[in-house]
Amino acid sequence: MIDILEKAAVHNGLVAAFALVGLIVLVSGQISRHLTFGRVHGSAIAIVIGLALAYWGGKVSGGHKGLADLSLFGGIGLMGGAMLRDFAIVATAFEVQATEARKAGLIGAVSLLLGTVLPFIVGACVARAFGYSDAVSMTTIGAGAVTYIVGPVTGAAIGASSDVMALSIATGLVKAIAVMVGTPIAARFLRLRTPRSAMVFGGLAGTVSGVSAGLAATDRKLVPYGALVATFHTGLGCLMGPSILFFATKALVG
Amino acid sequence: MIIYGTALLAACHLVGIFLGDLLGQALGVKTNVGGVGIAMLLLIVARLYMQQRQILPKLTELGVEYWGALYIPVVVAMAAQQDMVAALRGGPVALLAAAITVVVCAGVISVINRSERGAHEPAPVPVLHDNPLLAEAE
Repeated sequence: MIDILEKAAVHNGLVAAFALVGLIVLVSGQISRHLTFGRVHGSAIAIVIGLALAYWGGKVSGGHKGLADLSLFGGIGLMGGAMLRDFAIVATAFEVQATEARKAGLIGAVSLLLGTVLPFIVGACVARAFGYSDAVSMTTIGAGAVTYIVGPVTGAAIGASSDVMALSIATGLVKAIAVMVGTPIAARFLRLRTPRSAMVFGGLAGTVSGVSAGLAATDRKLVPYGALVATFHTGLGCLMGPSILFFATKALVG
Repeated sequence: MIIYGTALLAACHLVGIFLGDLLGQALGVKTNVGGVGIAMLLLIVARLYMQQRQILPKLTELGVEYWGALYIPVVVAMAAQQDMVAALRGGPVALLAAAITVVVCAGVISVINRSERGAHEPAPVPVLHDNPLLAEAE
């Protein structure tokens, strides 16, 4: 019985991965709703569960590809691999409304640029302080401080090692969670009242999930303004990370 | 046909990656330079062009939007195959980098927003997307 079930999962890897990830998202949605009362976004919890499973898989198999090293969960490797990951990320650009984006105007663009460059500098400096002194690792961890998508996309493009990629994702994830939880608390300090202030926030705070969840817990009316700018964040980061920012880092540290 | 949307997405993806590789070679690095970002820009331009000419039926849009809605699950799968065991050896890097980043950005947001003059009349709420697939994804 168990053997037949296992064989079915192994032979239909990608399908099994869809089912497993669906289950993870379901469980994290329930945790988000009932344990954190919607304050921590379900998608952030799902990613934490994914990272925890990767840790477990790595411990059990002794490999470097987390859960994907266990033959039963091999499909995870395809579903979360570079091909489908980039495919899904490109598809999110479809949601961007160019006419609305133009209204965000100069201040949105400035905060987007600052929101990409400042986290990158902080992340790269911290990485260097902890001994990741090569340009590739510094760039990857710095990009992770922009968003947890920009990190691995940049890392994959410039050939970072898997542990640096995981660190970079962890950095972006901690940031996203901090934004989600911290925004309602810091709303007064951030002067989050007007659509313009929400756009500035969306550009600088990055991560769509962090911004939309953080704003939703602050003032629902502000959500679209922040998310509108934030949707450009990943695209800009993916454009700048492996190019300008990598070259600048390389020029500085050799 | 829903496949038209997925094919459009695939074409933008491939052309973007190709241009990224080309740019990388032109710049003398053996990496892809911003291929994903270029693909995203191509998709935005393609959407605007097709919308203006009214050759973008809802079904075609769904062929793209389905994959956009899958982006969080794909990221979850991506997270599940990272080398966490090795990453945890680096421990405080992630925490410290994220904490300093959030503090720096919060400071800058506060400074910029304090410079906002006068009361703005609340602008109409923009429609982010009309994709039912994404209602709960983000």
